[in-house]
Amino acid sequence: MRTLHPFPGGVHPPEHKLESNSRPIGSAPLPSLLVVPLLQHIGNPAKPVVEAGEKVLKGQLIGKADGYISVSVHAPTSGKVLAVEPRPVPHPSGLPALCVVIEADGEERWVERSPIDYLNLDVSEVRNRLRDMGLAGLGGAVFPTYVKLNPAPDAAIPILVLNGCECEPWITCDDRLMRERAPSIIEGARIMRHLLGAREVIVAIEDNKPEAIAAMGEACRDTDFELVVVPTLYPSGSGKQLTQLLTGREVPSGGRSTDVGVQIFNVGTAHALERAVHHGEPLISRVVTVTGNVRRPQNFEALIGTPLAELVKLTGEPREDTTGYIMGGPMMGFDLHSTAVPVVKAMNCVIARSDRLFPPPPPPLPCIRCTRCAQVCPVRLQPQDLYWFAHARDFGKAQEHNLFDCIECGCCAYVCPSHIPLVDYYRFAKSEIWAREREKKAADRARERHQFHLFRLEREKKERAEKLAQKAAAAKATAAMPNPDADAKRAAIQAAIERAKAKRAGVVPRNVEALSPDKLQEIQEIEARRAKLREVMEKSGEDQA
Amino acid sequence: MTYVSQPVSVSLIMGKVLLALGLGIAAYVVYFGPAIVISLVLASVTALAAEAFMLRLRRYPVAPFLKDGSALVTAWLLALSLPALAPWWLIVGGTLFAIVVAKHLYGGLGNNLFNPAMAAYALLLVSFPAHMTQWPAVDMLAQAHLSLAETLRYIFTGRLPAGVTVDAITMATPLDFLKTQLKLGHTVHEITRAPIYGHLGGRGGEVVALAYLAGGLFLLQQRVITWHVPLAMLAALFAAALWFHVFDPDRYVAPWFHLASGGAMLGAFFIATDPVTGPTTPRGKLIFGAAIGFLVYLIRTFGGYPDGVAFAVLIMNMAVPLIDTYTQPRVIGHGRQQERP
Repeated sequence: MRTLHPFPGGVHPPEHKLESNSRPIGSAPLPSLLVVPLLQHIGNPAKPVVEAGEKVLKGQLIGKADGYISVSVHAPTSGKVLAVEPRPVPHPSGLPALCVVIEADGEERWVERSPIDYLNLDVSEVRNRLRDMGLAGLGGAVFPTYVKLNPAPDAAIPILVLNGCECEPWITCDDRLMRERAPSIIEGARIMRHLLGAREVIVAIEDNKPEAIAAMGEACRDTDFELVVVPTLYPSGSGKQLTQLLTGREVPSGGRSTDVGVQIFNVGTAHALERAVHHGEPLISRVVTVTGNVRRPQNFEALIGTPLAELVKLTGEPREDTTGYIMGGPMMGFDLHSTAVPVVKAMNCVIARSDRLFPPPPPPLPCIRCTRCAQVCPVRLQPQDLYWFAHARDFGKAQEHNLFDCIECGCCAYVCPSHIPLVDYYRFAKSEIWAREREKKAADRARERHQFHLFRLEREKKERAEKLAQKAAAAKATAAMPNPDADAKRAAIQAAIERAKAKRAGVVPRNVEALSPDKLQEIQEIEARRAKLREVMEKSGEDQA
Repeated sequence: MTYVSQPVSVSLIMGKVLLALGLGIAAYVVYFGPAIVISLVLASVTALAAEAFMLRLRRYPVAPFLKDGSALVTAWLLALSLPALAPWWLIVGGTLFAIVVAKHLYGGLGNNLFNPAMAAYALLLVSFPAHMTQWPAVDMLAQAHLSLAETLRYIFTGRLPAGVTVDAITMATPLDFLKTQLKLGHTVHEITRAPIYGHLGGRGGEVVALAYLAGGLFLLQQRVITWHVPLAMLAALFAAALWFHVFDPDRYVAPWFHLASGGAMLGAFFIATDPVTGPTTPRGKLIFGAAIGFLVYLIRTFGGYPDGVAFAVLIMNMAVPLIDTYTQPRVIGHGRQQERP
């Protein structure tokens, strides 16, 4: 038996798992239109490689990974690309993002699928294939899986943890997946261990999922994997907390669990990896819990890109008192702004809201420093102080009190008797600090540029001055020294000028012999005027000189 | 944004505090007569009125803030700290000071630096020392029966029924008695044989103290308070008393007497645990509680006042920001070097 090392704090809200975990995973029918966002993971969005009008096959690459922290995106079904354009996506901001819109042809024709012979391929090659198959974490943080399987060369990862905790209330997609597809998950973990070179594999499941524990235990029987049943306590499914719970090691501030030799994958990710490696299937579907204020809460295997409205319809007609939809759990989830948003890799759960299920909180009262928040903080922060600093916009103080160690789990807000939306204050403070940091950096860069500009002007001025001084000095030197060559030259020039003058004076107008006297008279008058003019010109020229 | 929250509210917490005080109040009535009920009602009405007025003045929504119950808790704690037979204006004035000055002028709920009830108590004690000694005599009913109406009349007009003297219905508290008798050269052993002493502390008073202890345990069980402050305060008081008692039992009374007398239990579980004016870190709460316990002993034994809870709490209220600063817990992932596998 593994000794557990409980992390501080934590809460146990009503679980609400029974609503959706009593039915098997249903398969969502093919929708007529799929909207596939090009950014579904943490990192850079994939670059679209298809255009409107193009035909695509199921599993065909439609967005190529761009950069290290990025994965590819694939067509969830065969059909025609209608558009590559910004569409509403599930994001707290509610801002649209670039999506590939595909009209399904209903034929579900696959591209050629080639399994990955991971045992005979170079590990880095396998990783690249996983990136190209669009694998990203399905627990909610959607970190590219291949990056997580690529530890720094000097950092061995001896412990691989399969996270089946699913500690947020309402969500049951991992629970059902473990019950129904345990062998695939375990096989996925086996492949992960191979790629990671991990010694141990721990499968952690909260004790409120006995069926999943039984199924996973059965699948683990012929392996040396260790199944650890952990107490049901939110947020034990959070990476850092799970690491501490299982190993007693604290993830250093600002670090990841890999810093203490632990890598954690969600069970859904292991399942997707098994599908990719053994069946050559890119990540084009996932299990989503649809629960809350719906008629028949259930988990569905839905294609990525399925519009939310279609997904919700599978549970029956939407109830009239539904006030909106939450993506994720009630602790860390966020409001979806539209029912047009599609299923994405991060979407583990959709909860229909109603005022009966989620009564709006009463207006916040002043903080009475009761420290219930501090008692439940899994990071041992002092949330009441952070709130005070954020409220007073004393961001420096907030940072000093380790604001950035806050994992935004919401335990503090959950227990606050004054109903203060504490996490919102921390997010606000963090974003303000980031914004100021960016402004400061931009200002620093501008100042540096300006200073360099001034420096360059100064330098050029100096250089010019130096050059001039040199020239002047040189000229002075030549003037001071008698130079016979120069005198000869000057004499020659003078002679040439004299010659030209003489020549000009000696010029006689041609064709004048046969002219009549009055014509000659006229010419002489003109000549006289010209001579006068020339004289004036020469005079003015001398004046100017 | 968190969509769910625990069904707790400030009102509920304050309600539990009031409920927990109920047992102590009942014991008080049994041993010292109904005067305390009059004080409680007077203080409550004054506190609610003052709170509503101040909220209106400060343009806060009156109803939700009034419902939080904090004004009532302040009122009750003050009323339970004052002599129940004190004149009405003492209670009303004290409550007004607590709510208007100590609470709202410091920024209202959550912002006050000092425990409002104790600030008011201290003000009254230094301003009206004579009126602050009108403690109802234990078993007052047996010697000079005062009906509720007569009690009311005494509190509001200061007039007693014919043939009844103030001395018959009031008396010194056991702590006060101990202090004056010690000054007269009696030993602790001689003094505590007087009829006002019971088994642990003063007769009646010890039962009230036990009732407060029970109420405090209820608050602990309900997680309204944590164990840190009460345990540290009582332990420090006990330890200090034990040290001197062992050293010279004739001059220094036994430690359990200190725990069962005066405001020790009420202070430990209901006053020093005030979250607004206390430290927030677990270690800070231990320091805060222990310092109060120690100060209570010092003031009781060597100071000029019979009981020291109010002053000890106020003194330590001032130290709270400092305590909080130096007792920040180690945040997970900071400090301690992590071994790498």
